[in-house]
Amino acid sequence: MNLFDDQPTKFVESEEDFVVNVGPQHPSTHGVLHLKIKLEGETVRDVQPHLGYIHRSIEKMSEAGSYRQFSYLTSRMDYLSSHINNQACALAVEKAIQVEVPERARVIRILMAELTRLASHELWWGATGLDIGAVTPFFFSFRDREAILDIFEETCGARLTMNYMVPGGVMIDIHPNFQRRVKDLLPKLRKNLKEYDELLTGNIIFEERTKGVGYLSPEDAVSYGCTGPVARGSGVRCDIRKRYPYDGYEKVQFEEIIETGGDCYARYKVRMREMEQSIRIVEQLIDTIPEGDFQAKTKNVLKPPKGEWFVRVETARGELGVYLVSDGTMHPYRVKFRSPNFSNLSALKQMSVGGKMGDLVATMATLDLVIPDIDR
Amino acid sequence: MNNDDLRTYVSALSAEISFEEGGQYLTVLCGTNEFRKLMERLRYDAASDFDYMFCLSGLDWKTHFQVVYHLESMKNGHGLVVKLKVNRENPEAPTVCDIWRTAEFHEREVFDLFGIRFKDHPDLRRLFLDDTWGFPLRKDYSDDKTIVQL
Repeated sequence: MNLFDDQPTKFVESEEDFVVNVGPQHPSTHGVLHLKIKLEGETVRDVQPHLGYIHRSIEKMSEAGSYRQFSYLTSRMDYLSSHINNQACALAVEKAIQVEVPERARVIRILMAELTRLASHELWWGATGLDIGAVTPFFFSFRDREAILDIFEETCGARLTMNYMVPGGVMIDIHPNFQRRVKDLLPKLRKNLKEYDELLTGNIIFEERTKGVGYLSPEDAVSYGCTGPVARGSGVRCDIRKRYPYDGYEKVQFEEIIETGGDCYARYKVRMREMEQSIRIVEQLIDTIPEGDFQAKTKNVLKPPKGEWFVRVETARGELGVYLVSDGTMHPYRVKFRSPNFSNLSALKQMSVGGKMGDLVATMATLDLVIPDIDR
Repeated sequence: MNNDDLRTYVSALSAEISFEEGGQYLTVLCGTNEFRKLMERLRYDAASDFDYMFCLSGLDWKTHFQVVYHLESMKNGHGLVVKLKVNRENPEAPTVCDIWRTAEFHEREVFDLFGIRFKDHPDLRRLFLDDTWGFPLRKDYSDDKTIVQL
């Protein structure tokens, strides 16, 4: 990466330009993201992200693996939504080889996906507090996230890179304790969400830092390809679970959360209200997991016919698209991941130019970026 | 519009396009000459109104490159795929980042990994890799040092 010579567009135009490098190792970037920020006093004039510090070319590696193997790499993309990433790959392969997934597996998948969303939003909430200057939320959120990860660990054997959802269903059946532990946890989470609100939502300093900051209009959100809570905070109806339901989301009752503020506070509110909806979905399904197989019978070596398939799912950060092209052999010809963070990051300049340096940190916090998902 | 209506609508836009069968979305095959005009009509006509580009990917078919645009209309709710054929010897394609702003980053990614140059792109630099690196997602890319063949 050439950091000094920015041809064809020159970032530094004159000697008076004041450039600040944020990252690649900086607490408010949550990963190896390098931002070059041009300042005039404390006002941001230009932002340029430098990517590639954690680029592993997962798309190239996927071409070398088989149709069963490539989904394991995707747990390492957006590591806070690893269940949902695996689910997207499993759905793409199932579509290609035309396998019907058993009802039990579909319900387990939704349960896991929603618990993942909860855990992810909880981590985001703590980290946002930390970015804006409140230290306590971090401990509260990690306490609750830990409880969810313990449940994952019991069933999947892993806490971060789960690799639990495979083509045809899920890898193993849920642990006998799963239902009881989730049911014990849900009322506690409900209670703790109220605590979250008391701690941060109504806080005057927090509201001053986030209200009217980092505005993104609905037209820009769509044009930049923003999805998830970022676009829904600007009033765009983009929840894939509602628009193109998969794995039985059409059967559960939940609300698509829309806020119209378009600022950091609106994005904050979207995620806070989304957590309640995730709890609601889990509550509906936890007592009625159908009996039966947890995995459909598939061949050992998967060989889809020639063709291409596109699968869209809603991760905790927005729309993940898996574009799978097959040439009829046992390896995928091309796998493209349309990752939500990549598009969300591209709107950062639009949101932060003209604002203050401190506002940029607040904007970054509510964008909720996971860097390995951008670099892939 | 459903796929049949879309098909009649899109075929009226340009004479030089063809369709690919069997996909999940209606798929339009297109060359570089008529491409810009087609995309502008698709975006700005009220009947099609494809305001959301949800994916832009490169593909290497060994004989030629393809740039695949997945489009969707948030208002009308229909989807469309446009596949642009790009010459392999001199890979150059028109940019669409003035129409969909998300294309700015996506085109840089395709340039980085496939080496397809997008004409009139405002800031076409490598996105992830070093300037001296090859184009790893091309099928003829080989790197004995960093890729271990299993």
